[in-house]
Amino acid sequence: MRNLWIFVSRYNAFFLFIIFFLLGIYFTVKNNAYQRSVTLNSSNEVVGTAYERLNIFKRYLNLGMVNDSLAAENAKLKGQLLALNTVDTAKDIKVIDTLTDQQYTYLAAKVVKNSVTLRNNIMTINKGSVDGIKNGMAVIAPQRGVVGLIRDVSEHLATIQSLLHKDTRISVSLKKNHALGSLVWGDGNFDIRKAFIKEVPNHIKMYVGDSVVTSGYGSFPAGIFVGKIVKPNVATNDNFLSGELNLVTDFSTLQYVYVIKDKKAEEQKALESLVKPNE
Amino acid sequence: MGFYDLSTPFIYILFLLLLPFGIPNILLYLLAFGTGLTLDAFYDTMGVHATACVVLAFVRISFISISLNRDAIDDPEPSLSYMGFQWFSLYAFLCVIAHHLVLFFLETFRLSEIGYTLMRCGLSCIFTLLIILLVEFIFYRRTSR
Repeated sequence: MRNLWIFVSRYNAFFLFIIFFLLGIYFTVKNNAYQRSVTLNSSNEVVGTAYERLNIFKRYLNLGMVNDSLAAENAKLKGQLLALNTVDTAKDIKVIDTLTDQQYTYLAAKVVKNSVTLRNNIMTINKGSVDGIKNGMAVIAPQRGVVGLIRDVSEHLATIQSLLHKDTRISVSLKKNHALGSLVWGDGNFDIRKAFIKEVPNHIKMYVGDSVVTSGYGSFPAGIFVGKIVKPNVATNDNFLSGELNLVTDFSTLQYVYVIKDKKAEEQKALESLVKPNE
Repeated sequence: MGFYDLSTPFIYILFLLLLPFGIPNILLYLLAFGTGLTLDAFYDTMGVHATACVVLAFVRISFISISLNRDAIDDPEPSLSYMGFQWFSLYAFLCVIAHHLVLFFLETFRLSEIGYTLMRCGLSCIFTLLIILLVEFIFYRRTSR
């Protein structure tokens, strides 16, 4: 401390110079509009650039959150779109149904576990019974394409029995003539980009490039694009046709899915249970 | 093309140049700062002259401590009469150029007009130096050395 003081006092001219010089500069910048504007502008530029750099990092780190919110927004918008398209045909006048009688609602969910390499693939999503998810609900991919059906539901999570499973059968139809069929996967071919449409009546003609959409008879709303036929008219031993199709859903890169809630599912199930099988 | 609009003499720094040798550094700095502030008040350039004067004070202290033996100084003040033309002109030249450089660059406050600023600075230096020497010769006291 003493040495420091000796050092300072020996070179007092220099230290006093620094003090007074900084004081002078401060006065100059503070009291002169032009100098102030130059100083502030350049420092603003520096600060601005620094913030910009930082912002790029922050944006990157927030991508997950942004994705979540975008997916939620998309689900909401899709719900509204569907509401606008649902037409109540029970009345004489066609009324464009708004939110009051919306049959399907979309719920965005993040895939927390996915598998595509097994014979029977199961996914896990981060929405559960708290969010109103029930067994048997349909799940679709964000852009287009089917994913599967809800299998088991816990409080905050749910598993999806994906299309890539031996028990999954989804009712589909050919878009051009509404011929019904079943969408299954993995019959001798475990390519995750291909699936089969089976049980198409024999008199229907399939061509390469025919679009396959959901029929609307299961949990899926009608008209969701599933894929395009690549190998039509595969003859089977029975009375039905089969076809191979390219799926639009890319199961290997799924990050977000939409769970479709069908408001009338319970009612439909209750009603249909009245019909005894083999009556 | 005339140079008259470029050169401005600042003779007030002669006051700082002629302060006696024995003055404490802190007092010198305070006087320099005060002188500068007074000038600033009239030029309406708050702080510019003050900073330049502080720089001048630093150059003055440095030059004196380098060129003269502190213990052997028996002259009262660093004027032309006591110190002789050679020493005084170098002393005045260094102080004036330091002062003017800081002054003009602070006034311009940008480097894009560096040519213009340096020209103003150089011409003003010559003008100031001439007048300072002139004043010193006018008030020259012949002393026995």
